[in-house]
Amino acid sequence: MNIEIPKKIRPIINNAHQVALSVFRPISRKYDRAEHEAPKELEMLASVLDGFNEGDPESSAGATRTGKGRISNDGTVKNGANMSTCLGAMELCYGDTGFLLAMPRQGLGNAAIAAVANDEQLKRFDGKWAAMAITEPGCGSDSAAIRTTARKDGDHYVLNGEKIFVTSGERADCVVVWATLDPAIGRAAIKSFVVEWGTPGMELGRLEKKLGIKASDTAAINFVDCRVPAENLLGNPEIDVKKGFGGVMETFDNTRPLVASMAIGVARASLERLRELLAEQIEYNYDKPVDNCSAVEAELYRMEAEWEAAYWLAIRAAWMADNKQSNSLEASISKAKAGRVGNAITLRCAELAGTLGYTEDELLEKWARDSKILDIFEGTQQIQQLIIARRLLGLSSSELK
Amino acid sequence: MAKDAVGYALSTLNRMASSELLDKLGLRKLVERMAYTLTRTGFQVITTSARTFKGGPRLDKPERLNKPGHTTDLFDLNITDEQQMIRDSVRAFATDVLRPGAEHADENATTSDETIAAALELGLNFFAVPESLGGAASERSPVTTMLLAEDLAWGDMGQAIAILAPMGVANALTQWGTAEQQSRYLPAFASENPPKATIALAEPRPLFDPLQLQTLAERDGDSYVLNGVKSLVPLAGEAELFLIAAQADDGPAVFIVEGGAEGLRAGDDPSMGIRACAQRPLQLENVRVPASQRLGTDDFDYRAFVDLGTLAWCALAIGTSQAVLDYVIPYCNERKAFGEPISHRQAVAFMIADMAIELDAMRMLTWRAVCRAEQGKPFRREAHLARTLCKEKAMQIGTDGVQLLGGHGFTKEYPVERWYRDLRAIGVAFGGLHL
Repeated sequence: MNIEIPKKIRPIINNAHQVALSVFRPISRKYDRAEHEAPKELEMLASVLDGFNEGDPESSAGATRTGKGRISNDGTVKNGANMSTCLGAMELCYGDTGFLLAMPRQGLGNAAIAAVANDEQLKRFDGKWAAMAITEPGCGSDSAAIRTTARKDGDHYVLNGEKIFVTSGERADCVVVWATLDPAIGRAAIKSFVVEWGTPGMELGRLEKKLGIKASDTAAINFVDCRVPAENLLGNPEIDVKKGFGGVMETFDNTRPLVASMAIGVARASLERLRELLAEQIEYNYDKPVDNCSAVEAELYRMEAEWEAAYWLAIRAAWMADNKQSNSLEASISKAKAGRVGNAITLRCAELAGTLGYTEDELLEKWARDSKILDIFEGTQQIQQLIIARRLLGLSSSELK
Repeated sequence: MAKDAVGYALSTLNRMASSELLDKLGLRKLVERMAYTLTRTGFQVITTSARTFKGGPRLDKPERLNKPGHTTDLFDLNITDEQQMIRDSVRAFATDVLRPGAEHADENATTSDETIAAALELGLNFFAVPESLGGAASERSPVTTMLLAEDLAWGDMGQAIAILAPMGVANALTQWGTAEQQSRYLPAFASENPPKATIALAEPRPLFDPLQLQTLAERDGDSYVLNGVKSLVPLAGEAELFLIAAQADDGPAVFIVEGGAEGLRAGDDPSMGIRACAQRPLQLENVRVPASQRLGTDDFDYRAFVDLGTLAWCALAIGTSQAVLDYVIPYCNERKAFGEPISHRQAVAFMIADMAIELDAMRMLTWRAVCRAEQGKPFRREAHLARTLCKEKAMQIGTDGVQLLGGHGFTKEYPVERWYRDLRAIGVAFGGLHL
């Protein structure tokens, strides 16, 4: 047993940290105010990240390299792409969560493609920026209730429906769309399709105005008789009622620790800043038992302990994915913990900073808005609790609703 | 009629009552309270008289174990085959012996000789004593000790402490002892009849801080004279060897005191939980200890000594919290209300989900701190964070365990009420154990 970050990942962490401090932070407030304006500074940065991904897949960071299928399994312990991606994401969100989400070619759709695409698809979509479209006006967390349909017609599928909350939906090259082959069958009939912008019948509905992560655009996209080549279906085209949802849901095993990592990154930004602001007033040396400290010191220790727990839970889930261990439970645990801890820490730090934390001179108030989404997307806190409880109790979704 | 034991005890109390020293040290109130409980129970005489520690081969320098060779630079949650084997046998012991005996041990406030003997069969002490002194330890193994503490406490926390306390003393002697101290005491721990031993650190007052000891060790020539009161000391009435923390003129220190030492008395102050570890307060009245019995050499790190105990408590809390979780899952699936299992309600199911989330959180922080300790890295921050988190979450899990069983949880028909009491210990305990 060894619970440390290996040396070989440290350069990635360091690079991401430099990006956070030198690129993200200086323009953070600018794009928070200028919602819907594409941060042009990110384009150059994305090219650099692409460079990382071209190298050794075991030590590269980025959504395109997560998943369980890309590294050979020779029985030795791996610290691979899932772990380094999580660590990279933490650092980038220490800079700015919105920018990470707006990073070209690092979309959640890319993670989905990395997780379930076949070799031909991997090659065809290489270098494309892929957004992810699951949510609909009538279905949020209940993804089995998807109403967007995909009807087979010759060597195409015809998509009809409305998708909302598509992160970078407009800026991306293509969108991974969840649609059902037969709404009567339920989960097993849900498949994901890569739809490229420019495909007739795919239209931008609107861009949302939001509480936080304003640098990242959130699109509503309509599909009206949109014909998608059959070879753009990810995974198995057959409806396998036994396997059911597995195909599309396994993407979450990789993306949930990643979103957990984002929450951990932004929470650390808040904790560090508050400690800087309080440096003169508190003694912070891990010496006294927590109950013997002043209220604010004790709260800082408690927040740091919660933060650190969230951190290692995310690393554990990523490590399991790197080592091809089934991690659905641990991925949900990490997301649940980091989601609530991240949000609570950023809010409390803003509060403890007084009006300094509430006004725009500091970034504390921004981080406290940004962090809320991380306890919502990729499965809300309550969805994670449901998943964890069902798993532990051995209950189906019809028993534990 | 000749004086009997009670008579002698009362005389001693009389002498103590007139002692100015008590007032000087501000101890009178404490001692008066203790005197009351002492006489009430017929006086638990002085601590168990010492065995003669014959000692083993002379050492030129203290044995210090190296960090384990099996770890690499990579993050790795796997344990070794050897650790897995130990876990399997300890878990079987916890299932077959500790859990079934837990209620009885709690009620009688003792861990039976049979249970202690069965635990010895597992050979745990051998992992605490270096090979050259008759044990089997070839490298440092706090992680292994942590895992077995977790598994023992899954069976029963109180008995686990009674089993682990002597091992903690051996671990501390191996990690900190001088050559002379190791050679004198460690071989006995690897013998067929190892001594009962314990660490006395906590003191009975609100907001106790292990760095602010009121038990004093005053230098007098070639010895130290110890005065003060210790609390929540496992096996205090029966231990043959004590490690006692006291404030010396150069900072907090730890002294090796043999059972039966003059002026060393065990009181009686039963606690809410962990009763099976036979914890008692310990009173030190002018206990004279040769200076050579001060634990350690220049490399002694009192803070690390404290933290390795705290982390053992965290491991115990993890094990018992796991027991709670493993218990409420089948219970809530079977217990029906309004026509279906209560586990079908989110209000119940989410409490169980939160237990699992926070239990894993406790685990990661504790494992992380212990890994660093094992590898000789600084771990003060990590131990502090682990304790801060574990005490809050473990107590919540203990509370929720009872809540999930409702009225049944409040009765002794079910083990959750014991876990509720046992898990409070993590909030107040210091010392007693050492990884």
